[in-house]
Amino acid sequence: MTTLPKSPPPIKLGLVIDLDVCVGCHACAVNCKEWNTGGYPAPLSDTDPYGASVSGTWLNRIHSYEVENEQGTGQTVYFPKSCLHCDDAPCVTCCPTGASYKRVEDGIVLVDESRCIGCKLCSWACPYGAREFDEPTGVMKKCTLCVDRIYNETFAEEDRVPACVATCPANARHFGDLNDPESNVSKMVAEREGVDLMPESGCRPNNKYLMPRPRRDAEETKRLDSAPAEGGLLSWIDKLLER
Amino acid sequence: MHPSRDIIFFTTASGAGYGILFWLGIFAMMRALPTDRAFGVVALVVAFGLIVAGLLASTRHLGHPERMLMAFSQWRSSWLSREGVLAMVTFGPAGLFALGWVVFENNRGLWADMGTLTAILAVATVFSTAMIYASLRAIPAWHSVWVPVNYLVLAGLTGAVFLNFVGVLFDTHQLMIARAAMPTILIALVCKLIYWAIVDSKRVSTIGSATQLERIGAVRPLDPPHTTSNYLQREMGYKLDNKVGRALRFFVVIWTYLVPFFCVLVGRDVGSPAWALTLALVALVGVAAGVGAERWLFFAEAKHQSALYYDERHI
Repeated sequence: MTTLPKSPPPIKLGLVIDLDVCVGCHACAVNCKEWNTGGYPAPLSDTDPYGASVSGTWLNRIHSYEVENEQGTGQTVYFPKSCLHCDDAPCVTCCPTGASYKRVEDGIVLVDESRCIGCKLCSWACPYGAREFDEPTGVMKKCTLCVDRIYNETFAEEDRVPACVATCPANARHFGDLNDPESNVSKMVAEREGVDLMPESGCRPNNKYLMPRPRRDAEETKRLDSAPAEGGLLSWIDKLLER
Repeated sequence: MHPSRDIIFFTTASGAGYGILFWLGIFAMMRALPTDRAFGVVALVVAFGLIVAGLLASTRHLGHPERMLMAFSQWRSSWLSREGVLAMVTFGPAGLFALGWVVFENNRGLWADMGTLTAILAVATVFSTAMIYASLRAIPAWHSVWVPVNYLVLAGLTGAVFLNFVGVLFDTHQLMIARAAMPTILIALVCKLIYWAIVDSKRVSTIGSATQLERIGAVRPLDPPHTTSNYLQREMGYKLDNKVGRALRFFVVIWTYLVPFFCVLVGRDVGSPAWALTLALVALVGVAAGVGAERWLFFAEAKHQSALYYDERHI
């Protein structure tokens, strides 16, 4: 059914992405690709996989941005983006077959691949670019929040997290119930002011992003060309010793 | 948005077909239709042909067309589903109306009522088609009441210009049809200009608001997520050159609105049947080319918010 759940789900499972520590290693994207190619849904395809124009379906993609602050210094921010499992998911309501749905029990948004006709309207509806059409299988694919891992009794407790969270070497990805104020993710969101991406979309995403913290030496860091010229051997020695 | 030939054809052809049915239904309601069976055959065969061809074209981009029937199930929430249901429902009264006129040479009485019902359903179907696009907040250029307004008036315009040609062809009812076509064309032009003004001035999101990195400074993209393009970039990242866009808008104004208007206007009074037919044909061909360009622009000029994560700065 592609009407959204009448009442908000009691549990809101989602991810918290820490942009302050993400190093852009792509391990999360690669592990997601591997898990979802070997797991229960149809494989994530790649066309021309060893050729020059390789293109494939990925559920998680790592963008990167440069941010220039008021002091004129900049930083590189690595930006993993996957489905945000929105409260008000437009990808769910637009689906004509009922393939796109939001789970009543935990809010995870999924694609029922046996009902999907591949009309692509859900990918048009998503402002975040979370849904991709997989040409070889003819259906839409999106982050499943590893619903086949998190409830999997054959896994040890500590492995019942999404593949991307399990593999992140920088501890930049966290998983939990964002509706539970005592969960680690909720505490992180409260402490670091976790934000919604593109809030004007009206989708009320579940996943939260933690912004890069201000650099410790932000006030002292100066652009080279604006550093005051200091003359003399002593000031040069001074600078050497400062490092 | 990547302009898909199938979808452009679907919306313009089905729009024109429903437009023809709309005017036939209105004239039937006024008990003003020619009873001449041949007129009916030409008008209805073209109308049904355009609708069916359009609907079939709309299924060509599906990954699993064999599951198409399931697309009628979610009419409670999905405009695409509603459009499918309404399109099928419209065939009912439209088929009966056609039966009455073509087989029994009767478009009065109850058959005319079928025409009226067809006109109402045609409006509802075109409205639903437009709402598929207008309901998408992720595409600010489409998320406007002026999208269904333009879809409806353009369906009316294309239908009226076609019927103008049929009227001239059968040398009947030209004045009545022209009286419907001319104000429709003018209203449609105003609606288009308003839409373009609104769309050009819309500023909804930026790369900074999409990433929320505006909280720490001025944002610009560095590396894309992969070295080659992906589905999102191909489908949503279409870039239209400004010069091409402006030239096409000019083409659209001339051929969708101005030329057809003057052809219909002048065609009412011209004495020679050959000239009347030529003018009606020029109007028809002009509208066909013009509305094709208009719909192409509707897609090509529309930007998707997900492109802000790639290389759009503001939408």
